[in-house]
Amino acid sequence: MTAEAATVGQNPATKTPVTIHPIWVRVTHWINAVAILVMIGSGWQIYDASPLPLFNFTFPTTITLGGWLAAGIAWHLAAMWVFVINGIVYVTLGLATGRFRTKLFPIRPREIARDIFAALRGRLAHDDLSSYNAVQKLLYLGVICTGIVIVLSGMSIWKPVQFQELAALFGGYDTARYVHFFAMWTFVGFLAVHIVLALIVPRSLRAMITGR
Amino acid sequence: MPRIRIPGVDEKLLVRDAAKLLPNPSRRLFLRSAASLGAITMLTGCDIIDGETAEHALARISRFNDRIQALLFNPNKLAPTYPESMVDRTFRFNGFYDEDEAPEIDPASYKLEVGGLVKEKKSWTLPELYALPQEKQITRHVCVEGWSLIGSWTGARLSEFLQRVGADTSAKYVWFQCADTYSTTIDMPTALHPQTQMTFKFADEILPRKFGFPMKIRIPTKLGFKNPKHVVAMNVTNKDLGGYWEDRGYNWFSGL
Repeated sequence: MTAEAATVGQNPATKTPVTIHPIWVRVTHWINAVAILVMIGSGWQIYDASPLPLFNFTFPTTITLGGWLAAGIAWHLAAMWVFVINGIVYVTLGLATGRFRTKLFPIRPREIARDIFAALRGRLAHDDLSSYNAVQKLLYLGVICTGIVIVLSGMSIWKPVQFQELAALFGGYDTARYVHFFAMWTFVGFLAVHIVLALIVPRSLRAMITGR
Repeated sequence: MPRIRIPGVDEKLLVRDAAKLLPNPSRRLFLRSAASLGAITMLTGCDIIDGETAEHALARISRFNDRIQALLFNPNKLAPTYPESMVDRTFRFNGFYDEDEAPEIDPASYKLEVGGLVKEKKSWTLPELYALPQEKQITRHVCVEGWSLIGSWTGARLSEFLQRVGADTSAKYVWFQCADTYSTTIDMPTALHPQTQMTFKFADEILPRKFGFPMKIRIPTKLGFKNPKHVVAMNVTNKDLGGYWEDRGYNWFSGL
């Protein structure tokens, strides 16, 4: 069953291998990787200055970026430009080139269930890296949506007066902090799965560096 | 070596409170010399990255963010207001010292020094200030640490006061000096915002000592640390005179 999905869109045997990830995907991917690590580390630093009332924990200072609140904010509000501008470039090109449409869609619940089951049994095929399985489609689409939510909730926290209509959409300043916080955990969870899977299938890591 | 325990003190909370006030221990020296070193100290605590280069880059981006925030600031956009029932009457003290170290100001001898680019340079007594037309606002106070509380503040519009003293409102900044050595500088558009207030009361009571007796500047369009307490001098100026936290690395504009 999985082999069938893997053959779809497979490169017909030619001498020049097809590029799996075009240059713009690779460049934006690695810029994003750096930006997001800075955003998470400095975000934890900021969080520690005033932990959310519902949770009674702080991040260890060894894994926060900045050393103190002012520096955490400086890092966070610097890296946000890299994250947002890079994200806009990525989404624009993803839509304009049709990559999102062809790679992430269609996304069918039946296929997701089937591929999760196959993945858990260690039988999910990766013969063709240029075509995503249903679980990948779901994760990549989900993380793009999370990116949009984290930016919008972040804007609500940064400018709860100038962007008060947006903040109201998230239930106000205080609730926007929770949304931002949970979106961060979604990112962290994605990252954990993403990195483990990339290490299990090292060819996919190579493809994100060399394109093939 | 056995640990010394102080009864009634939660170690974790103590460490947490101390940690958020100070940079990490290796950089604490910078805090003491911050005033002389200027605004670009202590922005990094990360030893992997070349400290000075990163601090310089971060400081420059922070200045860039000031300009963006000035562009985003809409002088006619009001901060959301809330019903009386949502006011947190207990509120929360915050400062660079403990609550019991807040300055004690004698209302009889208190004076507000108004200077700089104003026609009428003079000192204002408390009865003179109390005689100004006052209004109440119920707005959200947002702290740079992340927490926020809704409070009720009563006082005079700063914009009307600036007009009254013949301030040059084409000047760039208004600088405030506080009785506790604290200071801050704000941009003129924010000073002229209709909700920027010379505050004399909190929750309908005379401003308590811990919240800035006898006068604080309430600015619902800025983070809490840009809302100076115990204000004793006000200066209209074209020179950015910085401020206590701004000089230590916090973003200058810090608008909401």
